[in-house]
Amino acid sequence: MELLELTAVQLSEKIKRGETTAVLATKAVLAQIEKTESVYHCYVTVDQEGALKKAEEVQQRIQAGELTGPLAGVPVAVKDNLCTRDLLTTCSSRILENFIPTFSAEAVENLEKAGAVIIGKTNMDEFAMGSTTETSAYGVTRNPRNTEHVPGGSSGGSAAAVAGQECFMALGSDTGGSIRQPASFCGVVGMKPTYGTISRYGLIAYGSSLDQIGPLTKDVRDCATLLEVMASYDPKDSTSVDRRGDIAKKSGYDFTSALVDDVKGMKIGIPRDYFGEGLDGKVREAVLQAADVLREKGAILEEFDLSLVDYAIPAYYTIAAAEASSNLERFDGIKYGYRTAEYDGLHNMYKKTRSEGFGPEVKRRIMLGSFVLSSGYYDAYYLKALRVKALIKKAFDEAFAKYDVILGPAAPTTAPRLGQSLADPIKMYLGDIYTVSVNLAGLPGICLPCGTDSEGLPIGLQLIGDCFSEKKLIQTAYAYERESPYGTKYHI
Amino acid sequence: MSKQYETVIGLEVHVELATKTKIFCGCSTAFGGAPNTHTCPVCTGMPGSLPVLNKQVLEYVIAVGLATNCEISHYSKFDRKNYFYPDNPQNYQISQLYLPICHDGGVEIETEEGKKIVGIHEIHMEEDAGKLVHDDWEDCTMVDYNRSGVPLIEIVSEPDMRSAEEVIAYLEKLRLLIQYLGASDCKLQEGSMRADVNLSIREAGAEKMGTRTEMKNLNSFKAIARAIEGERERQIDLLEEGKEVIQETRRWDDNKEYSYAMRSKEDAQDYRYFPDPDLAPIIVSDELLREIKSKEPEFPTEKMIRYKEEYGIPDYDIEILTNTKHTADLFEETVALGADPKKVSNWLMGETMRLLKENAMEPEAICFSPENLAKLIQLVDSKAINSTVAKEVFQEMFHHDIDPEQYVEEKGLKTVNDQGALRKTIEEVMARNPKSVEDYHNGKTKAIGALVGQTMKAMQGKADPALINQILQELL
Amino acid sequence: MANIISDETIEYVGILSKLELSGEQKEQAKKDMGLMLDYIDQLSELDTTGVEPMSHIFPIHNVFRQDTVTNGDDQENILRNAPEERDGSFIVPKTVD
Ligand SMILES: [Mg+2]
Ligand SMILES: [Zn+2]
Repeated sequence: MELLELTAVQLSEKIKRGETTAVLATKAVLAQIEKTESVYHCYVTVDQEGALKKAEEVQQRIQAGELTGPLAGVPVAVKDNLCTRDLLTTCSSRILENFIPTFSAEAVENLEKAGAVIIGKTNMDEFAMGSTTETSAYGVTRNPRNTEHVPGGSSGGSAAAVAGQECFMALGSDTGGSIRQPASFCGVVGMKPTYGTISRYGLIAYGSSLDQIGPLTKDVRDCATLLEVMASYDPKDSTSVDRRGDIAKKSGYDFTSALVDDVKGMKIGIPRDYFGEGLDGKVREAVLQAADVLREKGAILEEFDLSLVDYAIPAYYTIAAAEASSNLERFDGIKYGYRTAEYDGLHNMYKKTRSEGFGPEVKRRIMLGSFVLSSGYYDAYYLKALRVKALIKKAFDEAFAKYDVILGPAAPTTAPRLGQSLADPIKMYLGDIYTVSVNLAGLPGICLPCGTDSEGLPIGLQLIGDCFSEKKLIQTAYAYERESPYGTKYHI
Repeated sequence: MSKQYETVIGLEVHVELATKTKIFCGCSTAFGGAPNTHTCPVCTGMPGSLPVLNKQVLEYVIAVGLATNCEISHYSKFDRKNYFYPDNPQNYQISQLYLPICHDGGVEIETEEGKKIVGIHEIHMEEDAGKLVHDDWEDCTMVDYNRSGVPLIEIVSEPDMRSAEEVIAYLEKLRLLIQYLGASDCKLQEGSMRADVNLSIREAGAEKMGTRTEMKNLNSFKAIARAIEGERERQIDLLEEGKEVIQETRRWDDNKEYSYAMRSKEDAQDYRYFPDPDLAPIIVSDELLREIKSKEPEFPTEKMIRYKEEYGIPDYDIEILTNTKHTADLFEETVALGADPKKVSNWLMGETMRLLKENAMEPEAICFSPENLAKLIQLVDSKAINSTVAKEVFQEMFHHDIDPEQYVEEKGLKTVNDQGALRKTIEEVMARNPKSVEDYHNGKTKAIGALVGQTMKAMQGKADPALINQILQELL
Repeated sequence: MANIISDETIEYVGILSKLELSGEQKEQAKKDMGLMLDYIDQLSELDTTGVEPMSHIFPIHNVFRQDTVTNGDDQENILRNAPEERDGSFIVPKTVD
């Protein structure tokens, strides 16, 4: 059991030192899954056979000195909207209930090349649309910190699998907070990098202009390490940014170089707008305490007005729904996935397939997206939202002219109880208030544990950086984590 | 019909570009191949796949834009056109609506009333759809994505044409320019050039445009001409009966010479265009423009001027030769091999055109090489064969691209240059045709022609007619 | 609620997005969409005159591939997930009558 307590980097070091093996680590994870999965339900697919085979192969290559990277031999969980060759990939939707990709996402390829062992595919909100992992067609995931509560979403399965030790690290995707919010609810570290940092090739698109893949890990070091392994310039993705180039201010890919315990002189802005009405008192307290820790370590903290915060959610839902309505048109029962059993002609086949294949939240967003793009509404809704996006980006530009990092909560509350959120969609959408503007502006954001509420549910601290300034976020988060009782020491 | 009507026509011309690969993936654009063998995750819309633009597509469309006097957009984007249909694997087509790459151009055409400019509203890039094959036995449709993602440019004209003749002149002009650029072979029958016709009718002199219909499925100049005539009549009939023309898309059936409305409750015709978030915008720098301009070929008008100066061949020849890039290239390459321009032109204008017409072939289908044409001319020049034999050899060359030297050798078609043998044959011919000899002596000098012909026949064509003439003169 | 979604609108959106809703779902969808649009209408409070719509965050332009064939015959993989397939083609209900 002790093995499961290790971080990913610690585990890989132990394997390289010959103190354990990739196979033992994989077996330990599989045993944990055997024990807790019936309650947590983190996975849609557990690839026991494939993982063990891979672990043996990786172990041999580590022993042969071929695999020397910091994540070699580490069991990893992959969100089920990332394509994995020959392994079922469902997006937690019935419409992809039988879809076996013929290629792997670029991020997954990078990870496999580094010798990580894929344990399985994690549960999520259907097509990443949701904040609780309750819209999955394959059942809800429970929060390992308190199984009466949701793990957050949409990368809820990945966050829960890390928190519940059903893997050592996991991949998620973040379109409006889908990594940072479940990280907050499950008490793990989660990061959404700058748009374009990790290739989207092989990520099944929700909102293409907002989607980014990112790590969910036990601590900041694992987070930086996993990011470093996954990130790459990919010519297959036209929106991939070469971080060695001028557009990315030559910021590079050496994220682990920022694991430095030093925030002296770091300018941190605290947006007043993030601490207003709707924020849970306990969350406010924990986040402000974290700010104090950083101040004590030499950071310069200042309150400021970010502005436009209330407009981020309506702009986000307009853009995301519009893109989703188009991205999800390809699921039509012709090339892959579910096709309805009986139909009368082509259009009836389309309609029945899609109506039976998609769940209610996905349908809701597809219809909204089709509407805001339809003739007569495009300017008033879609273009308007893109204009607001430009204003939001400008507001952040102004903030980052003054601050290195913006600090605030990741979510207004701790994890809600199961079954409480879906009834009122607007209220559920409001839960994304602190996360969505980061996606609209393409910024990096990291979330790490900074406390618990009276029920013992984790509270997350969010740090937001300017585009390509992941290293400042990692450095700040790392420095905080060193002083925090909720970092690496926070385990069940 | 009491009233006079004017036909107003605009065209949307789709041209398949001659790239090696598709517009957004590295799949081959080669024709044929078993279904779905030229496909990949991108051009079959697999989840997670992403498009990346083929640079050659941009270079071709800009070249076409420059050749048609368009302005090239400094900033251009791709948009998604959303509609469900199985030939389109993503159920959206990547195209350009808001910021097309080329706009506001035009080409000059010749009409009965003289020269006229047909305006070009825009030219944009987009992807082609897959192929649907209907299986009548099984009552289903088979989908093949080999053509899905083949690059197209769509050339949208202004409603500036007034007759089928103008439409065809416009299409021929476009085809000529695009073929010269090497951007496409523009074959209507094979679908690498396709035209949709937007047509409306208004009373002569009226300012306001009538309601237009769009006709699809036109795959030859003849079909286009018939469709325009048919649709014009249909719309006039409606107006005469006091009915309204409905704005709709119609499919022309060339066999039945009638167009049918393509309407369905399920076609909302609301494409919900929006900028494709998966593709980066395009900025056409001055440098890129210069680069493309520097690769620009010589166009027909420039060629015509140069041919006149350099080759001294008749204007009529020049016009025909430059009318397709293929004949112009053939002409120039043969001359470059040392052949006399006038002689090359004669072969291309005479025998070549005759055989093309006889076999109902397009000039693009000419298969013989400039090397072989030059050799043939050389054989005639050196009097190795005479012109009758040369025509025979040419016919072989036209159909099978044979090497004329080798062919003449193998078939023993060389002119007999043995003067003694020729003299002997002529003497025999004269002996057999005393009437002709007498006629000649009586001043009917034309009678010599019959003797030359008889001699040639006796020589099985393998003689130099000038030499026969010379010997005959002596003997007579 | 300012945005009242009519039956025709829901019907139309259903045609656009190829979704078919039962009577009950339709009522729910009308209500949800009306609420969402009310919510989105907040954006109209903001003056965005002269603001360019921003679709891409970064000034990345001219991302190209060279015109070289990189893909071979992948028919088997492409058809691997097809719900219905015959002789190398995807099978769909007849598209013309
Ligand atoms: Mg088009
Ligand atoms: Zn392809």
